[in-house]
Amino acid sequence: MKLQRKNRLRALSLGAVAVSGALALTACGSDDTGGGSGSDGGTTAASSSIKCDDAKGQLLANGSSAQKNAIDAWVKQFVTACKDVQINYKSEGSGAGVTAFTQGQVAFAGSDSALKPEEVTASKEVCSGGQGIDLPMVGGPIAVGYNVPGVEGLVLDAETLAKIFDSKITKWNDAAIKKLNPDAELPDLKIQAFHRSDESGTTDNFTKYLIAAAPDQWKYEGGKAWQAKGGQSASGSSGVAQQVKQTSGAISYMELSYAKDGIAAAKLDTGASEPVEATVENATTAIADAKVVGTGKDLALELNRATKADGAYPITLVTYEIVCDKGNKADTLAATKAFLTYIASEDGQKILAENDYAPIPEEIIAKVRTTVASLS
Amino acid sequence: MDISTKNDAVPPPVSPPSEAEQKRAARGATRPGDRIFLGLSRGSGIFLLVIMAAIAAFLTYRSVLAISKDESNFVTTLEWNPTAAEPSFGIAVLVYGTVISSIIAMVIAVPIAVGIALFITHYAPRKLGGPLSYVIDLLAAVPSIVYGLWGALVLAPQLIGLFGWLDDYFGWTGILDWQGGAPRSLFTVGILLAIMILPIITSVSREVFRQAPLMHQEAALALGATRWEVIRMSVLPFGRSGVISASMLGLGRALGETMAVATVLSPSFEINASLLDPGGGTFAQNIASKFSEASEMGRDALIASGLVLFVITLLVNGGARMIIARRAEYSGANA
Amino acid sequence: MSQTVNDRRPSSLQGATLPKWSPYAIAGGSIALGLGISAAAGLDSKIQWGLMAAVFFVAASYGIAAKVEGRRQAKDRVATSLVWVAFLLAVIPLVSLIWETVERGVKVVDVYFLTHSMGLVTDTEPGGGIYHAILGTLEQVGIATVISVPIGILTAIYLVEYGRGRLAQAVTFFVDVMTGIPSIVAGLFILSFWIIILDMGYSGFAGAMALTILMLPVIVRSTEEMLKLVPNELREASLALGVPKWRTIMKVVLPTSVGGITTGVMLAVARITGETAPVLLLVWGSTFINTDPFDGPQASLPMYIYQQYANSGGSGAAYDRAWAAALTLIAFVMILNLAARGIARWKAPKTGR
Repeated sequence: MKLQRKNRLRALSLGAVAVSGALALTACGSDDTGGGSGSDGGTTAASSSIKCDDAKGQLLANGSSAQKNAIDAWVKQFVTACKDVQINYKSEGSGAGVTAFTQGQVAFAGSDSALKPEEVTASKEVCSGGQGIDLPMVGGPIAVGYNVPGVEGLVLDAETLAKIFDSKITKWNDAAIKKLNPDAELPDLKIQAFHRSDESGTTDNFTKYLIAAAPDQWKYEGGKAWQAKGGQSASGSSGVAQQVKQTSGAISYMELSYAKDGIAAAKLDTGASEPVEATVENATTAIADAKVVGTGKDLALELNRATKADGAYPITLVTYEIVCDKGNKADTLAATKAFLTYIASEDGQKILAENDYAPIPEEIIAKVRTTVASLS
Repeated sequence: MDISTKNDAVPPPVSPPSEAEQKRAARGATRPGDRIFLGLSRGSGIFLLVIMAAIAAFLTYRSVLAISKDESNFVTTLEWNPTAAEPSFGIAVLVYGTVISSIIAMVIAVPIAVGIALFITHYAPRKLGGPLSYVIDLLAAVPSIVYGLWGALVLAPQLIGLFGWLDDYFGWTGILDWQGGAPRSLFTVGILLAIMILPIITSVSREVFRQAPLMHQEAALALGATRWEVIRMSVLPFGRSGVISASMLGLGRALGETMAVATVLSPSFEINASLLDPGGGTFAQNIASKFSEASEMGRDALIASGLVLFVITLLVNGGARMIIARRAEYSGANA
Repeated sequence: MSQTVNDRRPSSLQGATLPKWSPYAIAGGSIALGLGISAAAGLDSKIQWGLMAAVFFVAASYGIAAKVEGRRQAKDRVATSLVWVAFLLAVIPLVSLIWETVERGVKVVDVYFLTHSMGLVTDTEPGGGIYHAILGTLEQVGIATVISVPIGILTAIYLVEYGRGRLAQAVTFFVDVMTGIPSIVAGLFILSFWIIILDMGYSGFAGAMALTILMLPVIVRSTEEMLKLVPNELREASLALGVPKWRTIMKVVLPTSVGGITTGVMLAVARITGETAPVLLLVWGSTFINTDPFDGPQASLPMYIYQQYANSGGSGAAYDRAWAAALTLIAFVMILNLAARGIARWKAPKTGR
């Protein structure tokens, strides 16, 4: 009995140690990460355009992982200026974002594709008296990244790309690639084409390009899920980029910011006077050519994928923020409006290029600003 | 066959309580304390049932929603397209991938795990055995996302040589034919799953082997048997059902593994004849890959596939439980 | 123990034996041969020469022993070699796993990393830490444990000590069913029920509830096994002394099996600590410290690893942080495990085995 009591005492003291340890842990943690620890912390001047007004509270947002880094950069600026607001953007995916939005779980969603009619209908339930609208905020080139030893500045066109990703061209020294790259020393290497195994807006945009620019070679209907047979796959842009890095002879598509450290981005022969590189400027040029197809306050864009304009990179992705035009939740409206106003502002758009994103051209973003100002 | 050595220490009760007494004790409703305690524990059991019923109802409801909209056969269809105008999706590829990768994992892991268990109980120097079993148990707790990262970064590149070799000598069989893609096939997944379930199978088998009756072993040794003969004649027969149930536990984990498979496999919705070529998929991996971009309908379809995985896992667990139950009778432990 | 028997056998009764160092020599020889052949044939995979060396080792052991010692001894040698080979085959990947994690993880892990949140550090920048994630994981797992341990143990007691009828069968069956729930499905259930229908919002507590669903069956099953191991004689002795059944359970049955139960609980905790999918759906994630698990988004370690990795592209600051967090998570889980085993050994009744 005595022994047991002693044990109990010991267990008690153990518990006490654990609890006090946890308390101590709570006390020593810190959110203060020194703000400007990043190399690009020099943009603090941008905060002048942030108007907090009476914005406060917790903003939840969910959606596209393609715009995650842009949102991160914006949030950093915004929250530094408006201390009363916390913004949590979860990059779970466009689908998850839209679902969360139509269920009324988030203040705004980020999406790589505009709302579908049935999603707009669903959104009317959460937006009392209004509906969900698409606001284009971020553009970005999708690079065709490859890893072929000794080959730089590879040029490809839509037909060749379609054939490569449809397993019709299987060697790097294929005649079709040779024709586009007369000067390159193409090795006798098997092409390892990787696509995304998860559903993704990146896949959607990439295949939309193939459908528009090489309709004879790409017979699939497109969509977020990869449809062609053959090839290999990996999960997420990160997984795809890692495979391309590891595998000699690999090629895949990914957001421009992933095409680094051993992955080179191919140039596209679109029919323009010279092959177009995957750069932020070229993506902006392509977006400038886009039409607004949304009605009312909705500003959904349609890109001209088959463009032959000089310096327009057609595999470009536009991501939207999705909010209610009317009937946003009262407690988050002020903060949402302030944040969206900031990211649509000149300063907000300026940050994008530093993070490998393309700003939205002036003409369209001006409409976005008006719309944001009218949100209620 | 008296192996319950624990019981030897306790002197047998003078008169074992009669059937009726035991029943009364089991009902235990004679004293207020007993009644409260019984109520509490029965309440917990009922609580568990309620949760389960709620989950089952939820799963079935959403699965039925999805399957009723499926325009093609849910079992045999080779595509996954729930968001199309005419939704068409089926689990054939997933069943194939899940079963094949788990079989590969079992074929590799079970013999090795038995080997390690024997090594720890009968071969290793005692000083090595203890720490070793610690380490093996710790590895059972490594989060699967870490196994996934390791599998994709370290294991897969190492397998290129092996795949080439298999292709050279066994490529003619068709099932070990390799087109030369990155080694991210069902076979790779099988190997990774084998590594992941090794610790589980090992630690349960080890406990079983440790319980093997000492008397038998000593008797066999005294008759001049070699160590291997002792193991073959007295340890393995005793441990057989224990090893089987351990393997079932491992199989259960292999079937439901998500993050590791999603990181290592190069999935596609098709059935490949060759195990070495990338492609295929498993239930859990498919749910994880498709879930975040899925619409309501897509989610329902994924939940329906989850329900199937659920039933498969249930069958495996049920099998394990039956075997364990049989072993309990055999070893004479308490009912 | 068989070792000692072998050693004491008088040498006059023994046939020819191989010298004690022979296994080592054969092992050395086969590794050299494996390496040699790989070098000659230009194979660069470690797995390949390892497998070859293993095959040579087993074959050579059998051949040599059969010649010198006879077939029975040779079989014994082969079995011994196979067991050793199995052990080595298993140890290599497991050691490699730990090694890779430690090697990549230590680059970033330091006091700053452990005591700071990500705050306003974006994923592409270096810096930041995992304090918020550690705190979130501790709270979520703690709540899940507090809920599921009493319920799980009581259910197991019911099954072992009381349960005979239909209800017990149903509970046993559904515990089995529960072990088969894919973790993402548990997450979805809580999402639909708690967050969408009841509109309670994302919080650490929502995550903890999903973890509870995953943890309960593990605790019930392991506790059940442990309670079954308690000899009936102990119960009967206590009951015979007139001790009420509930006191018998509390004072005799539970203390006898407390070691095993603790181990089971700790293993369950270790298991759910690494869960990613349900947490990802329910706690939302945050880069800031949130000490209140009942209100607002929280972070969690496995989710942090997953997100940092998914956003890294396989290199850079986020990638390093993912590995560092993985190292922290493994260390955390291992410490828990060690603690569990320590408690089990300390509390276990001395059985003389």
